[in-house]
Amino acid sequence: MKPALWSRLDMIARCITPFGLTVLLVLINVLPLQVPGLSRIMPLFPLMSIYLWAVHHPNLMPTYAVFFIGFLQDTLIGTPIGVHIITYLMVYGTVVWQRRFLVGKPFAVIWVGFSLVAAGATIANWLLVSLYYLILIKPEALVFQYLLSLGAFPLLSWLFMRWQLAFLSELGH
Amino acid sequence: MEDRSRFTYRFTTPLSGLAQRFTFLGLLIVAFALMLIAKADVAVMERLRAQVTDSVSPIIDIMSRPISIVNDAIVQINSLATVHERNENLRQDKERLMHWQSVARMLEAENQALRAQLNYIPGPQASYVSARVIADTGGAFVHSVLLNIGYQPGVDKGHAVVTGEGLIGRVESVGGRATRVLLISDLNSRIPVLIEATRTRAILAGNNSNRPRLIHLVPGATVSPGDRIVTSGHGGVFPVGLPVGLVDAVNEGGISVLPFVPRDRLEYVRILDFGLKGIINDDGLDK
Repeated sequence: MKPALWSRLDMIARCITPFGLTVLLVLINVLPLQVPGLSRIMPLFPLMSIYLWAVHHPNLMPTYAVFFIGFLQDTLIGTPIGVHIITYLMVYGTVVWQRRFLVGKPFAVIWVGFSLVAAGATIANWLLVSLYYLILIKPEALVFQYLLSLGAFPLLSWLFMRWQLAFLSELGH
Repeated sequence: MEDRSRFTYRFTTPLSGLAQRFTFLGLLIVAFALMLIAKADVAVMERLRAQVTDSVSPIIDIMSRPISIVNDAIVQINSLATVHERNENLRQDKERLMHWQSVARMLEAENQALRAQLNYIPGPQASYVSARVIADTGGAFVHSVLLNIGYQPGVDKGHAVVTGEGLIGRVESVGGRATRVLLISDLNSRIPVLIEATRTRAILAGNNSNRPRLIHLVPGATVSPGDRIVTSGHGGVFPVGLPVGLVDAVNEGGISVLPFVPRDRLEYVRILDFGLKGIINDDGLDK
Protein backbone atom coordinates (compact mmCIF):
# COMPACT_ATOMS: atom_id res chain seq x y z
CA MET A 1 0.00 0.00 0.00
CA LYS A 2 2.67 2.45 1.04
CA PRO A 3 4.88 2.20 -2.02
CA ALA A 4 1.80 2.61 -4.22
CA LEU A 5 0.87 5.78 -2.39
CA TRP A 6 4.38 7.14 -2.71
CA SER A 7 4.61 6.35 -6.37
CA ARG A 8 1.26 8.03 -6.93
CA LEU A 9 2.40 11.14 -5.07
CA ASP A 10 5.61 11.07 -7.05
CA MET A 11 3.62 10.78 -10.27
CA ILE A 12 1.38 13.70 -9.33
CA ALA A 13 4.39 15.83 -8.38
CA ARG A 14 5.98 15.10 -11.75
CA CYS A 15 2.76 15.85 -13.59
CA ILE A 16 2.27 19.28 -12.06
CA THR A 17 5.84 20.43 -12.68
CA PRO A 18 5.08 21.95 -16.13
CA PHE A 19 2.39 24.10 -14.52
CA GLY A 20 4.56 24.83 -11.48
CA LEU A 21 7.55 25.83 -13.59
CA THR A 22 5.41 28.17 -15.69
CA VAL A 23 3.99 29.86 -12.59
CA LEU A 24 7.56 30.25 -11.32
CA LEU A 25 8.53 31.91 -14.62
CA VAL A 26 5.62 34.34 -14.28
CA LEU A 27 6.98 35.31 -10.86
CA ILE A 28 10.58 35.53 -12.09
CA ASN A 29 9.42 37.82 -14.89
CA VAL A 30 8.35 40.47 -12.37
CA LEU A 31 11.39 40.41 -10.08
CA PRO A 32 13.13 43.79 -9.88
CA LEU A 33 16.43 42.84 -11.52
CA GLN A 34 17.71 46.42 -11.52
CA VAL A 35 19.33 46.04 -14.92
CA PRO A 36 18.78 49.30 -16.83
CA GLY A 37 16.00 48.97 -19.36
CA LEU A 38 15.49 45.24 -18.87
CA SER A 39 12.16 45.40 -17.07
CA ARG A 40 10.47 46.87 -20.15
CA ILE A 41 11.76 44.20 -22.51
CA MET A 42 11.94 41.15 -20.23
CA PRO A 43 11.77 38.03 -22.44
CA LEU A 44 8.36 36.35 -22.59
CA PHE A 45 9.35 33.34 -20.46
CA PRO A 46 5.81 32.24 -19.55
CA LEU A 47 4.84 32.29 -23.24
CA MET A 48 7.86 30.13 -24.11
CA SER A 49 6.95 27.73 -21.34
CA ILE A 50 3.34 27.37 -22.50
CA TYR A 51 4.52 26.89 -26.09
CA LEU A 52 7.09 24.25 -25.16
CA TRP A 53 4.75 22.24 -22.97
CA ALA A 54 1.96 22.49 -25.53
CA VAL A 55 4.36 21.02 -28.10
CA HIS A 56 5.93 18.31 -25.94
CA HIS A 57 3.42 17.42 -23.22
CA PRO A 58 0.01 19.01 -23.87
CA ASN A 59 -1.56 16.48 -21.53
CA LEU A 60 0.45 17.93 -18.64
CA MET A 61 -0.61 21.50 -19.44
CA PRO A 62 -4.41 21.49 -19.58
CA THR A 63 -6.46 24.42 -20.83
CA TYR A 64 -7.50 25.61 -17.37
CA ALA A 65 -3.84 25.69 -16.27
CA VAL A 66 -3.12 28.02 -19.21
CA PHE A 67 -6.10 30.13 -18.17
CA PHE A 68 -4.79 30.38 -14.62
CA ILE A 69 -1.27 31.32 -15.77
CA GLY A 70 -2.67 34.11 -17.97
CA PHE A 71 -4.82 35.31 -15.09
CA LEU A 72 -1.86 35.37 -12.69
CA GLN A 73 0.27 37.27 -15.20
CA ASP A 74 -2.45 39.87 -15.79
CA THR A 75 -3.07 40.44 -12.10
CA LEU A 76 0.63 40.70 -11.27
CA ILE A 77 1.87 42.97 -14.03
CA GLY A 78 -1.23 45.14 -14.04
CA THR A 79 -2.41 44.67 -17.61
CA PRO A 80 -6.21 44.55 -18.01
CA ILE A 81 -7.33 41.16 -16.68
CA GLY A 82 -8.02 38.97 -19.69
CA VAL A 83 -5.31 40.18 -22.06
CA HIS A 84 -2.72 37.51 -21.30
CA ILE A 85 -5.38 34.87 -20.74
CA ILE A 86 -6.63 35.41 -24.29
CA THR A 87 -3.18 35.43 -25.90
CA TYR A 88 -1.96 32.39 -23.95
CA LEU A 89 -5.11 30.42 -24.75
CA MET A 90 -4.77 31.36 -28.43
CA VAL A 91 -1.11 30.31 -28.47
CA TYR A 92 -1.98 27.07 -26.71
CA GLY A 93 -4.90 26.34 -29.00
CA THR A 94 -2.88 27.06 -32.14
CA VAL A 95 0.03 24.87 -31.05
CA VAL A 96 -2.13 21.93 -29.99
CA TRP A 97 -4.11 22.23 -33.22
CA GLN A 98 -0.98 22.32 -35.40
CA ARG A 99 1.02 19.99 -33.18
CA ARG A 100 1.68 17.39 -35.85
CA PHE A 101 3.94 19.88 -37.67
CA LEU A 102 6.04 20.44 -34.56
CA VAL A 103 6.27 17.31 -32.48
CA GLY A 104 9.41 15.25 -33.02
CA LYS A 105 10.82 17.82 -35.47
CA PRO A 106 14.35 19.28 -35.25
CA PHE A 107 14.86 22.13 -32.84
CA ALA A 108 15.10 24.69 -35.67
CA VAL A 109 11.52 23.93 -36.70
CA ILE A 110 10.29 24.35 -33.13
CA TRP A 111 12.21 27.64 -32.91
CA VAL A 112 10.66 28.95 -36.13
CA GLY A 113 7.28 27.83 -34.80
CA PHE A 114 7.91 29.86 -31.66
CA SER A 115 8.94 32.91 -33.68
CA LEU A 116 5.60 32.83 -35.52
CA VAL A 117 3.51 32.13 -32.45
CA ALA A 118 5.31 34.78 -30.36
CA ALA A 119 4.85 37.36 -33.13
CA GLY A 120 1.14 36.58 -33.19
CA ALA A 121 0.91 36.75 -29.41
CA THR A 122 2.80 40.06 -29.24
CA ILE A 123 0.58 41.63 -31.88
CA ALA A 124 -2.54 40.27 -30.17
CA ASN A 125 -1.36 41.68 -26.81
CA TRP A 126 -0.65 45.03 -28.39
CA LEU A 127 -4.04 45.15 -30.09
CA LEU A 128 -5.95 44.11 -26.97
CA VAL A 129 -4.23 46.62 -24.67
CA SER A 130 -4.50 49.39 -27.28
CA LEU A 131 -8.21 48.66 -27.70
CA TYR A 132 -8.75 48.51 -23.96
CA TYR A 133 -7.22 51.92 -23.35
CA LEU A 134 -8.31 53.28 -26.76
CA ILE A 135 -4.80 54.58 -27.39
CA LEU A 136 -1.98 53.39 -29.63
CA ILE A 137 0.76 51.92 -27.45
CA LYS A 138 4.29 52.60 -28.67
CA PRO A 139 5.51 49.36 -30.21
CA GLU A 140 9.30 49.84 -29.83
CA ALA A 141 9.64 48.05 -26.50
CA LEU A 142 7.50 45.20 -27.83
CA VAL A 143 9.80 44.69 -30.81
CA PHE A 144 12.83 44.47 -28.51
CA GLN A 145 10.97 42.19 -26.15
CA TYR A 146 10.08 39.92 -29.06
CA LEU A 147 13.67 39.78 -30.35
CA LEU A 148 15.04 39.13 -26.86
CA SER A 149 12.50 36.33 -26.44
CA LEU A 150 13.64 34.70 -29.69
CA GLY A 151 17.21 34.84 -28.41
CA ALA A 152 16.34 33.43 -24.99
CA PHE A 153 14.18 30.64 -26.39
CA PRO A 154 16.96 28.06 -27.00
CA LEU A 155 18.16 28.44 -23.41
CA LEU A 156 14.78 27.76 -21.84
CA SER A 157 14.13 25.07 -24.40
CA TRP A 158 17.34 23.29 -23.43
CA LEU A 159 16.56 23.55 -19.71
CA PHE A 160 13.09 22.11 -20.25
CA MET A 161 14.49 19.30 -22.36
CA ARG A 162 16.85 18.35 -19.53
CA TRP A 163 13.91 18.51 -17.13
CA GLN A 164 11.81 16.27 -19.35
CA LEU A 165 14.57 13.70 -19.70
CA ALA A 166 15.18 13.71 -15.98
CA PHE A 167 11.64 13.62 -14.63
CA LEU A 168 9.05 13.10 -17.31
CA SER A 169 10.53 10.60 -19.74
CA GLU A 170 8.46 7.72 -18.36
CA LEU A 171 5.19 9.58 -18.76
CA GLY A 172 5.21 9.28 -22.54
CA HIS A 173 3.93 11.83 -25.08
CA MET B 1 -1.77 1.18 -12.83
CA GLU B 2 -0.91 0.95 -16.48
CA ASP B 3 -4.57 0.98 -17.45
CA ARG B 4 -5.29 3.93 -15.26
CA SER B 5 -2.48 6.10 -16.61
CA ARG B 6 -3.47 5.29 -20.16
CA PHE B 7 -7.02 6.26 -19.32
CA THR B 8 -5.91 9.52 -17.67
CA TYR B 9 -3.72 10.28 -20.64
CA ARG B 10 -6.50 9.75 -23.12
CA PHE B 11 -8.95 11.70 -21.04
CA THR B 12 -6.74 14.71 -20.65
CA THR B 13 -5.32 14.91 -24.15
CA PRO B 14 -6.41 18.46 -24.92
CA LEU B 15 -8.72 19.51 -27.67
CA SER B 16 -9.19 15.95 -28.74
CA GLY B 17 -12.72 15.55 -27.52
CA LEU B 18 -15.77 17.71 -27.84
CA ALA B 19 -15.69 18.47 -24.10
CA GLN B 20 -12.13 19.74 -24.37
CA ARG B 21 -13.05 22.03 -27.24
CA PHE B 22 -15.96 23.40 -25.25
CA THR B 23 -13.68 24.00 -22.27
CA PHE B 24 -11.25 25.86 -24.51
CA LEU B 25 -13.93 28.04 -26.11
CA GLY B 26 -15.63 28.56 -22.76
CA LEU B 27 -12.44 29.77 -21.09
CA LEU B 28 -11.70 32.06 -24.04
CA ILE B 29 -15.17 33.59 -23.70
CA VAL B 30 -14.65 33.95 -19.93
CA ALA B 31 -11.39 35.80 -20.64
CA PHE B 32 -13.13 38.26 -22.97
CA ALA B 33 -15.91 38.66 -20.39
CA LEU B 34 -13.32 39.45 -17.70
CA MET B 35 -11.87 42.16 -19.93
CA LEU B 36 -15.30 43.70 -20.46
CA ILE B 37 -16.07 43.55 -16.74
CA ALA B 38 -12.72 45.19 -16.01
CA LYS B 39 -13.59 47.98 -18.43
CA ALA B 40 -17.08 48.44 -16.99
CA ASP B 41 -16.39 48.06 -13.27
CA VAL B 42 -12.85 48.98 -12.34
CA ALA B 43 -13.39 48.55 -8.59
CA VAL B 44 -14.34 44.86 -8.69
CA MET B 45 -11.29 43.91 -10.75
CA GLU B 46 -9.01 46.06 -8.60
CA ARG B 47 -10.16 44.16 -5.51
CA LEU B 48 -9.62 40.83 -7.22
CA ARG B 49 -6.19 41.95 -8.39
CA ALA B 50 -5.24 43.11 -4.90
CA GLN B 51 -6.29 39.77 -3.40
CA VAL B 52 -4.29 37.70 -5.88
CA THR B 53 -1.28 40.01 -5.51
CA ASP B 54 -1.53 39.67 -1.71
CA SER B 55 -1.45 35.92 -1.88
CA VAL B 56 1.70 35.73 -4.04
CA SER B 57 3.54 38.75 -2.67
CA PRO B 58 5.25 36.80 0.18
CA ILE B 59 6.73 34.43 -2.43
CA ILE B 60 7.94 37.30 -4.63
CA ASP B 61 9.30 39.05 -1.55
CA ILE B 62 11.45 36.03 -0.69
CA MET B 63 12.49 35.50 -4.32
CA SER B 64 13.56 39.14 -4.69
CA ARG B 65 15.85 39.06 -1.66
CA PRO B 66 18.80 37.21 -3.25
CA ILE B 67 18.65 39.66 -6.15
CA SER B 68 19.02 42.64 -3.86
CA ILE B 69 21.90 40.92 -2.08
CA VAL B 70 23.69 40.30 -5.40
CA ASN B 71 22.99 43.88 -6.48
CA ASP B 72 24.37 45.22 -3.21
CA ALA B 73 27.50 43.12 -3.67
CA ILE B 74 27.98 44.45 -7.22
CA VAL B 75 27.57 48.01 -6.00
CA GLN B 76 30.10 47.37 -3.22
CA ILE B 77 32.69 45.98 -5.61
CA ASN B 78 32.12 48.81 -8.08
CA SER B 79 32.48 51.41 -5.36
CA LEU B 80 35.78 49.84 -4.22
CA ALA B 81 37.23 50.44 -7.67
CA THR B 82 36.32 54.10 -7.69
CA VAL B 83 36.81 54.89 -4.03
CA HIS B 84 39.54 57.52 -4.51
CA GLU B 85 37.73 59.33 -7.26
CA ARG B 86 34.51 59.31 -5.26
CA ASN B 87 36.29 60.59 -2.21
CA GLU B 88 37.61 63.55 -4.14
CA ASN B 89 34.17 64.22 -5.64
CA LEU B 90 32.55 64.01 -2.23
CA ARG B 91 35.09 66.48 -0.79
CA GLN B 92 34.26 68.96 -3.53
CA ASP B 93 30.56 68.32 -3.07
CA LYS B 94 30.90 68.96 0.64
CA GLU B 95 32.56 72.32 0.06
CA ARG B 96 29.86 73.33 -2.36
CA LEU B 97 27.10 72.13 -0.06
CA MET B 98 28.54 73.97 2.93
CA HIS B 99 28.14 77.14 0.91
CA TRP B 100 24.57 76.19 0.03
CA GLN B 101 23.85 75.37 3.63
CA SER B 102 24.73 78.87 4.72
CA VAL B 103 22.60 80.28 1.91
CA ALA B 104 19.70 78.02 2.94
CA ARG B 105 19.98 79.07 6.60
CA MET B 106 19.88 82.69 5.58
CA LEU B 107 16.87 82.13 3.33
CA GLU B 108 15.09 80.12 6.00
CA ALA B 109 15.48 82.94 8.49
CA GLU B 110 14.28 85.44 5.92
CA ASN B 111 11.38 83.16 4.97
CA GLN B 112 10.30 82.83 8.59
CA ALA B 113 10.43 86.56 9.10
CA LEU B 114 8.34 87.16 5.98
CA ARG B 115 5.83 84.46 6.95
CA ALA B 116 5.43 86.03 10.35
CA GLN B 117 4.66 89.36 8.70
CA LEU B 118 2.06 87.82 6.38
CA ASN B 119 0.28 85.52 8.89
CA TYR B 120 1.09 82.67 6.50
CA ILE B 121 -0.66 79.36 7.23
CA PRO B 122 1.86 76.56 6.69
CA GLY B 123 0.93 73.52 4.55
CA PRO B 124 0.35 70.14 6.15
CA GLN B 125 3.37 68.27 7.47
CA ALA B 126 4.20 64.99 5.78
CA SER B 127 4.56 61.69 7.52
CA TYR B 128 6.07 58.81 5.62
CA VAL B 129 6.31 55.04 5.49
CA SER B 130 9.31 53.27 3.93
CA ALA B 131 8.95 50.14 1.84
CA ARG B 132 10.96 47.80 -0.32
CA VAL B 133 10.26 47.25 -4.01
CA ILE B 134 9.55 43.53 -4.42
CA ALA B 135 8.43 43.43 -8.04
CA ASP B 136 8.93 45.54 -11.12
CA THR B 137 5.81 44.38 -12.82
CA GLY B 138 6.82 46.13 -15.99
CA GLY B 139 6.61 44.73 -19.43
CA ALA B 140 5.93 46.99 -22.34
CA PHE B 141 2.35 47.78 -21.36
CA VAL B 142 2.34 48.82 -17.74
CA HIS B 143 4.83 50.75 -15.62
CA SER B 144 4.18 49.84 -12.01
CA VAL B 145 6.00 48.33 -9.05
CA LEU B 146 4.87 46.34 -6.03
CA LEU B 147 5.92 47.30 -2.50
CA ASN B 148 6.17 44.89 0.41
CA ILE B 149 3.74 46.70 2.70
CA GLY B 150 -0.01 46.44 2.91
CA TYR B 151 -2.74 48.56 4.34
CA GLN B 152 -1.62 50.64 7.33
CA PRO B 153 -1.89 54.25 8.50
CA GLY B 154 -0.09 56.50 6.04
CA VAL B 155 -0.55 54.19 3.07
CA ASP B 156 -3.55 54.97 0.94
CA LYS B 157 -4.59 55.28 -2.66
CA GLY B 158 -3.17 58.41 -4.28
CA HIS B 159 -0.29 59.05 -1.90
CA ALA B 160 2.93 60.24 -3.49
CA VAL B 161 5.80 57.74 -3.65
CA VAL B 162 9.32 59.18 -3.63
CA THR B 163 12.95 58.29 -3.22
CA GLY B 164 15.62 60.66 -1.98
CA GLU B 165 15.98 62.00 -5.52
CA GLY B 166 12.38 62.71 -6.39
CA LEU B 167 8.89 61.55 -7.25
CA ILE B 168 8.45 58.08 -8.75
CA GLY B 169 4.68 57.71 -8.81
CA ARG B 170 1.54 57.35 -6.77
CA VAL B 171 -0.13 54.53 -4.86
CA GLU B 172 -2.59 52.88 -7.20
CA SER B 173 -4.03 50.22 -4.93
CA VAL B 174 -3.38 48.88 -1.44
CA GLY B 175 -3.90 45.29 -0.40
CA GLY B 176 -3.33 43.36 2.79
CA ARG B 177 0.33 42.63 2.12
CA ALA B 178 1.32 44.49 -1.03
CA THR B 179 0.90 47.94 -2.51
CA ARG B 180 0.92 48.75 -6.20
CA VAL B 181 2.57 51.99 -7.30
CA LEU B 182 1.76 53.50 -10.69
CA LEU B 183 4.98 55.05 -11.98
CA ILE B 184 4.98 58.50 -13.56
CA SER B 185 6.00 56.95 -16.88
CA ASP B 186 2.88 54.76 -17.12
CA LEU B 187 0.35 55.40 -19.85
CA ASN B 188 -2.35 56.17 -17.26
CA SER B 189 -0.28 58.54 -15.14
CA ARG B 190 -1.18 62.27 -15.21
CA ILE B 191 0.59 64.48 -12.69
CA PRO B 192 -0.03 68.22 -12.36
CA VAL B 193 3.41 69.88 -12.45
CA LEU B 194 5.11 73.25 -12.60
CA ILE B 195 8.15 74.39 -14.48
CA GLU B 196 10.03 75.50 -11.41
CA ALA B 197 11.69 78.64 -12.72
CA THR B 198 8.75 80.13 -14.63
CA ARG B 199 5.91 78.63 -12.49
CA THR B 200 4.18 77.57 -15.72
CA ARG B 201 1.59 74.87 -15.09
CA ALA B 202 1.47 71.70 -17.11
CA ILE B 203 0.47 68.06 -16.87
CA LEU B 204 3.14 65.36 -16.91
CA ALA B 205 1.69 62.53 -18.95
CA GLY B 206 3.25 59.08 -19.01
CA ASN B 207 3.52 57.30 -22.34
CA ASN B 208 5.09 53.95 -21.37
CA SER B 209 8.55 55.19 -22.36
CA ASN B 210 11.31 56.37 -20.04
CA ARG B 211 10.57 59.97 -21.06
CA PRO B 212 7.11 61.16 -20.00
CA ARG B 213 5.76 64.24 -21.77
CA LEU B 214 4.53 67.66 -20.71
CA ILE B 215 1.07 68.41 -22.04
CA HIS B 216 -1.57 71.12 -21.63
CA LEU B 217 0.92 73.95 -21.35
CA VAL B 218 -0.31 77.52 -21.56
CA PRO B 219 0.15 78.69 -25.18
CA GLY B 220 3.29 80.75 -25.53
CA ALA B 221 4.96 79.29 -22.44
CA THR B 222 8.73 79.09 -22.75
CA VAL B 223 10.32 75.77 -21.95
CA SER B 224 13.91 74.86 -22.56
CA PRO B 225 15.96 71.71 -22.00
CA GLY B 226 17.33 71.53 -18.48
CA ASP B 227 14.35 73.22 -16.77
CA ARG B 228 13.43 71.58 -13.47
CA ILE B 229 9.94 70.13 -13.18
CA VAL B 230 8.26 69.87 -9.76
CA THR B 231 4.78 68.86 -8.65
CA SER B 232 2.32 71.75 -8.58
CA GLY B 233 -0.13 70.51 -5.97
CA HIS B 234 -3.08 71.29 -8.24
CA GLY B 235 -5.90 68.82 -7.89
CA GLY B 236 -5.03 68.47 -4.23
CA VAL B 237 -3.39 65.08 -4.53
CA PHE B 238 0.31 65.78 -4.27
CA PRO B 239 2.00 68.48 -2.21
CA VAL B 240 3.73 71.37 -3.96
CA GLY B 241 7.36 71.14 -4.97
CA LEU B 242 8.27 67.45 -5.05
CA PRO B 243 11.10 67.20 -7.60
CA VAL B 244 10.07 65.22 -10.69
CA GLY B 245 12.67 65.64 -13.43
CA LEU B 246 14.44 67.83 -15.95
CA VAL B 247 13.16 68.88 -19.36
CA ASP B 248 15.03 66.63 -21.75
CA ALA B 249 14.09 67.84 -25.21
CA VAL B 250 11.68 70.31 -26.79
CA ASN B 251 10.66 69.56 -30.36
CA GLU B 252 7.67 69.08 -32.65
CA GLY B 253 6.91 65.76 -30.99
CA GLY B 254 6.34 67.57 -27.70
CA ILE B 255 8.31 68.22 -24.54
CA SER B 256 9.92 65.17 -22.99
CA VAL B 257 11.04 65.01 -19.38
CA LEU B 258 13.85 62.92 -17.91
CA PRO B 259 12.73 61.81 -14.42
CA PHE B 260 15.21 62.26 -11.57
CA VAL B 261 14.71 58.66 -10.48
CA PRO B 262 15.58 56.01 -13.07
CA ARG B 263 13.09 53.17 -12.91
CA ASP B 264 15.78 50.49 -12.79
CA ARG B 265 17.30 51.76 -9.58
CA LEU B 266 14.27 51.46 -7.37
CA GLU B 267 14.98 49.52 -4.21
CA TYR B 268 13.65 51.36 -1.16
CA VAL B 269 11.00 54.03 -1.49
CA ARG B 270 8.94 56.26 0.79
CA ILE B 271 5.19 56.76 0.70
CA LEU B 272 4.36 60.32 1.72
CA ASP B 273 1.18 61.17 3.55
CA PHE B 274 0.29 64.86 3.54
CA GLY B 275 -3.26 64.25 4.63
CA LEU B 276 -4.41 65.37 1.18
CA LYS B 277 -7.37 63.63 -0.35
CA GLY B 278 -8.07 65.81 -3.36
CA ILE B 279 -9.79 64.37 -6.39
CA ILE B 280 -8.23 60.94 -6.19
CA ASN B 281 -11.10 59.29 -4.33
CA ASP B 282 -13.43 59.96 -7.18
CA ASP B 283 -12.88 56.89 -9.31
CA GLY B 284 -14.17 58.65 -12.39
CA LEU B 285 -11.27 61.08 -12.29
CA ASP B 286 -8.73 58.52 -11.23
CA LYS B 287 -7.89 57.18 -14.66
